[in-house]
Amino acid sequence: MTAPLVQLQDISKSYRRGTQIVPVLTNISMAIESGEFLGLMGPSGSGKSTLLNLIAGIDQPDSGRLEVAGIDIGGLSEARLADWRASNVGFIFQFYNLMPVLTAFENVELPLLLTPLTRRQRREHVEAALALVGLDDRKTHYPNELSGGQQQRVAIARALISDPHLIVADEPTGDLDRESAEDVLRLMQTLNADLGKTIIMVTHDARAASHAHAIMHLEKGELSAREENFRP
Amino acid sequence: MYFLKLILRNSFRHKLRTALTLAGLVVAIVAFGLLQTVVTAWYNNANMASATRLITRNAISLVFPMPVSYRQKIRAIDGVRAVAYANWFGAIYKEPKNFFPQFAIDDAYLDLFPEFVVSEAERRDFQRDRKGCVVGRKLAEVYGFKLGDNLTLKGTIFPGEWTFVVRGIYDGASKKTDLSQMFFHWDYLNEVVKQRYRRRADQIGFYVIEAAHAEDMARISVEIDSQFKNSTAETLTETEKAFQLGFVSMTESIVVAIRLVSYLVIFIIMAVMANTMAMTARERIGEYATLKALGFSSGFVAATILGESMLLAMLGGAASIALTFPLAVEFSKHTGSLFPVFQVSPDTVMLQCACAVIIGLLAALLPARHAAQVRIIEGLRSIG
Ligand SMILES: Nc1ncnc2c1ncn2[C@@H]1O[C@H](COP(=O)(O)OP(=O)(O)OP(=O)(O)O)[C@@H](O)[C@H]1O
Ligand SMILES: [Mg+2]
Repeated sequence: MTAPLVQLQDISKSYRRGTQIVPVLTNISMAIESGEFLGLMGPSGSGKSTLLNLIAGIDQPDSGRLEVAGIDIGGLSEARLADWRASNVGFIFQFYNLMPVLTAFENVELPLLLTPLTRRQRREHVEAALALVGLDDRKTHYPNELSGGQQQRVAIARALISDPHLIVADEPTGDLDRESAEDVLRLMQTLNADLGKTIIMVTHDARAASHAHAIMHLEKGELSAREENFRP
Repeated sequence: MYFLKLILRNSFRHKLRTALTLAGLVVAIVAFGLLQTVVTAWYNNANMASATRLITRNAISLVFPMPVSYRQKIRAIDGVRAVAYANWFGAIYKEPKNFFPQFAIDDAYLDLFPEFVVSEAERRDFQRDRKGCVVGRKLAEVYGFKLGDNLTLKGTIFPGEWTFVVRGIYDGASKKTDLSQMFFHWDYLNEVVKQRYRRRADQIGFYVIEAAHAEDMARISVEIDSQFKNSTAETLTETEKAFQLGFVSMTESIVVAIRLVSYLVIFIIMAVMANTMAMTARERIGEYATLKALGFSSGFVAATILGESMLLAMLGGAASIALTFPLAVEFSKHTGSLFPVFQVSPDTVMLQCACAVIIGLLAALLPARHAAQVRIIEGLRSIG
């Protein structure tokens, strides 16, 4: 057995609201194995997004040790962290966060601009990714010309384009109808099963969570034991 | 390439806002250009002054005359190549607003101003006609004077009706030559003055002295002025440029005000544009956070804002400069002969470019800094 992909040890995080300090996470420890598909649930305000943001390297813990693929990301400078994110993390957001002035193709291409790939190589990658999410016929569409589900699929293509180990998704189906949500979840399962991506997904929705291998609950800054999903 | 595409598309995202911003920029930079051109026009004659001409006037003030007899004594000074004299006439053509300078000149005067180009035939016709006059090309165009026309002026310094016959129209040796002056014979003026106001006869307003060598000019002016020390009319001799600047300085405060307004206009549009950029950046804070989450640097995000601001400023600047030239021509038409030479100078165009660059830079400064500094999680929270 290899070392876990993500390892948190005594992670604490609080926010300052005016003069008041609001503790959000206190002494969280957990490990996520490579190839895992983990659902993270919990009531609103329990700190799910905060935890996910720490793991994804867009926020820094106050204390504790946070390692991803053997790298202590808590100790990286902002610029190093940005480079690290570019090659190690794929993001899926609740509101897709696509650039409205860029086409589906260009949105997916965006992370590749940070790599030394040639224009031609980029095109090949983007076309493959769009084919994978079933949108090869929507390349030249702008986000406002796509449905929510389609936009989220573009976002998924963008998240996997730089071939990261880890994909983080914060309520990826929170803004979608049931059918589109199903499509998106199935797609995420494919990324996990066929491409071997480790996925951490925050969700409120039990149905969405049921697509994960295991579920953890966060409540009042504390993490419950993981529950394995029974998978038929 | 990709970066340019992003900037270009972002710039035209809000068509109306972009159009209004561009319109504001163009109005401001064109206004700036025209105001600067007014200032340049004001100083034109001083800047075009010859390096070897001196002007001698009454030491008390320009409005006091000197005897015509000084001419011989000035001519005798070593290093003086030629001397001419003239009187400011200051009459009105039809209405006071039709201002143009008129000078009663002696026969040598036009020879000292080679920049006023008159054909030989017209020059001869002018010499032959006691009441003849020569007008600048611009005057002829503005008021429709043609050779042989009568030109009647209403005298102010020399009251009464004065009628002249247009015998010549002069052109300029350079594009900046003042083409709005009128010249007639001092002899004719003196003749009439002798009859009407005996005591004012044989007086002139200023002498023009051509020095053989520029380096003699200081000595010549000292010699002229010491020559007439303690006489009834003491003199003051200075370079033509200094003399012209003396005119301008009488209206210096107006020029200062115009300059001030021109920079104020730029300052205002800078504030407006900075506000627009700030509003734009605020709306896109979620997009900037997303770019940063994907691994783009703060510098990249700041550069997209700066790039957008510079693109707008450059577009506005280019359009403004292109528009300034035809508008200056129109402006010049409507101000008649007030500004003898009204041309947009290369310096003005350079200043307009500089204004555009500075507007673009400063307008983007704070929004770019803010976007670069904003934390990813804060930016992301603004979405939804
Ligand atoms: N930048 C911040 N500044 C101040 N307080 C914050 C900040 N971010 C989060 N919080 C607070 O931290 C707590 C946890 O926030 P978080 O967004 O992680 O919750 P969540 O579990 O994702 O909730 P939801 O299900 O509503 O998305 C909340 O009380 C929130 O108000
Ligand atoms: Mg959340």
